[in-house]
Amino acid sequence: MKILVTVKLVPDTTAEKRIDPSTKRLVRTGVETVLNPFDEYAIEAALQLKEKAGGDTTVTIVTLAPESGKEIVRKALAMGADDALMISDPAAEGSDVWGTAYALAQAIKKNGFDLVIAGTQSTDSTTGELPGALAEYLGVPGVTYVRKLDLDGTALKAERETDTGYAKVSTDLPALVSVTKSINEPRYPSLKGIMGAKKKTIAVQTLADAGVDKPIGSDAARTEVTNLETPPARGKGQIFEAADAVAGATKIVEFLRERKLV
Amino acid sequence: MDFDLTDEQRAIAGLCREFARDEVKPRAEEMDAKAQFPYDLVAKMAELGLMGLPFPEEYGGAGADTVSYALAVMEIARADASTGITLAAHVSLGSTPFYLFGTEEQKRRYLVPLARGEMLWGFGLTEPQAGSDAGGTRTRAELREGRWIVNGTKAFITNSGTELTGGTTITAITGTDAKGRPEISNFIVPQDTPGFTRSKTYRKMGWKASDTRELSFVDAAIPEENLLGRRGGGLKQFLTILDGGRISVAALSVGLAMGAYDEALAYAKDRHQFGQAISKFQAIQFKLADMLMEIEHAKLMVLKAAWEKDNGRDYVMTASLAKLYSGEVSRRVVNEAVQIHGGYGFMDEYPVSRMYRDQKINEIGEGTNEVQRLVIARLMGL
Ligand SMILES: Cc1cc2nc3c(=O)[nH]c(=O)nc-3n(C[C@H](O)[C@H](O)[C@H](O)COP(=O)(O)OP(=O)(O)OC[C@H]3O[C@@H](n4cnc5c(N)ncnc54)[C@H](O)[C@@H]3O)c2cc1C
Ligand SMILES: Cc1cc2nc3c(=O)[nH]c(=O)nc-3n(C[C@H](O)[C@H](O)[C@H](O)COP(=O)(O)OP(=O)(O)OC[C@H]3O[C@@H](n4cnc5c(N)ncnc54)[C@H](O)[C@@H]3O)c2cc1C
Repeated sequence: MKILVTVKLVPDTTAEKRIDPSTKRLVRTGVETVLNPFDEYAIEAALQLKEKAGGDTTVTIVTLAPESGKEIVRKALAMGADDALMISDPAAEGSDVWGTAYALAQAIKKNGFDLVIAGTQSTDSTTGELPGALAEYLGVPGVTYVRKLDLDGTALKAERETDTGYAKVSTDLPALVSVTKSINEPRYPSLKGIMGAKKKTIAVQTLADAGVDKPIGSDAARTEVTNLETPPARGKGQIFEAADAVAGATKIVEFLRERKLV
Repeated sequence: MDFDLTDEQRAIAGLCREFARDEVKPRAEEMDAKAQFPYDLVAKMAELGLMGLPFPEEYGGAGADTVSYALAVMEIARADASTGITLAAHVSLGSTPFYLFGTEEQKRRYLVPLARGEMLWGFGLTEPQAGSDAGGTRTRAELREGRWIVNGTKAFITNSGTELTGGTTITAITGTDAKGRPEISNFIVPQDTPGFTRSKTYRKMGWKASDTRELSFVDAAIPEENLLGRRGGGLKQFLTILDGGRISVAALSVGLAMGAYDEALAYAKDRHQFGQAISKFQAIQFKLADMLMEIEHAKLMVLKAAWEKDNGRDYVMTASLAKLYSGEVSRRVVNEAVQIHGGYGFMDEYPVSRMYRDQKINEIGEGTNEVQRLVIARLMGL
């Protein structure tokens, strides 16, 4: 079985984010690049499926990212993935959700797959739209926001988080799922994993190599960011003073009730 | 000259930084307060492969280099010195004697479980009456009917009495050499040897969560094959181990200083007095600049010694300089870190208070500052 995990390389999540007003893009220079933290859950989910299934199951990392991100991709290999496919091409710069999804779908179809696992969202652009779009271009069922995942042969059973609870969903492979942070606790790469990752293959392909037959870069983007604003600074909170904790809590509940918040 | 770490060295340091931040740091205060040995963290470090980091894979290790090892110890000690020394003593003092001087059979039997982190091991050189003067050992071992009978006492032995400890390697007098001086040899003494007992852990100023005990040997009988290395080669072997150990203690000092600097920097930005963050006062900025300067200097020295070792160079001088310097740097840094915290730095809730207590041993263990200066002077040919 071939499991593919899509991962995004994002600026260090603890660093301050700045947006360049002229390009309306995130400033990525001078900030360390890391694996999108949400994607570590996707990698862990894939590794757990592999460990359970055994046999010739493989886990391949797929990313659309500049080649300078190779070292970060190696961390995913150190966690235990078998190999990686990087689509690195200056012509991909500025691609939107459509372009990214289309390019990834072409590359994934060319590579072959049974199951694609994605994170729910990236920590930089955070649209959460990519997994859905990718499933569409792959022409397979897409099960998003998965918090529990089981595979029995080609029968996939999942619990999908919803606003009010969860839904049980089943489908057959091939399929795509995106997983949430409640699905597992990602492992650290072990030292053996780090040493072993040196010997694993990271295939680097251009868009043409990956079978992407249309332009997907900024000029081809179908969406345009027209304006960007920092959210207004949060106003001062309201402070309730009370003689003791119970009186304080009562005041807060009253305040919330008035606004129909509880 | 190339100051870049390899991808692998960077990955190992990154892993340790993440692990220390997420798993070790949150436990440090409680472990210190309760003087609780970190069994869970040892198990996790074993799982990651840290406990056998520099040993070859065929002996259960990860096959990484000394530079990676130094970086790993720095990152762990940055979060907690007790966990740092537990790791460093395990690798440099507990396991290395088997790697350097063990027979193939001894390596299989002891080094493999040690490198996998399934077992810990003590290194018993110091005695109540033989500290800096390690050759002044009084413990004796006598060969009788195919067994060595050991009598004596060892003091301050790290990792010697945990639930995971399999035994301790010791120095003991086995006779007199041709010049009439005591002949010193090394022995492997398993924990269950009759006549070998351990005290409770000492109550200490710092490194409270690490395991340090006094060992007593009363007619403790061990098999003849438990001699480690050549008979009479004991003191030289242990001193060779301490040469490498200096890189590891120096890394502990740098890590502790990095941790104290991190805390001081964050605190200075947060604490407001006279209407502004104290980090806006030049007096505080100068302290932080000096701290960073000295840490960077010490770190470079430690990594240079590690690099020399990895490249088969003579690293003894650099390792001694690094051990001495980083021990002293750690003292100045923790001192200023507490100063920057003001009264809060004196309170147990603030990590710098623990770091201040954890620091002093850096200038005493594995060769005091004075002994380091003696070693350096001797290497100068004085
Ligand atoms: C400031 C800013 C400016 C932007 N400017 C433009 C613009 O000018 N024009 C434009 O069209 N778009 C623009 N975008 C959109 C941006 O290019 C998309 O966000 C991006 O293509 C992917 O979407 P996402 O990061 O929201 O992924 P999400 O949908 O949030 O990610 C979900 C999952 O998809 C997978 N995934 C996402 N990206 C990749 C990838 N590259 N490789 C492999 N897997 C991946 C991961 O598994 C991830 O967990 C901009 C975004 C921002 C924040
Ligand atoms: C927490 C802890 C853990 C330890 N772990 C271990 C371990 O695992 N294994 C082990 O074998 N040992 C261990 N030790 C022992 C440690 O290595 C010794 O404490 C150290 O070497 C100093 O010896 P001493 O304490 O006997 O001091 P002493 O040698 O008595 O020194 C007292 C003072 O005299 C000075 N001095 C001594 N000789 C000279 C000289 N010639 N010239 C100038 N000044 C001199 C010293 O520098 C020092 O200031 C540990 C110690 C501690 C505190």
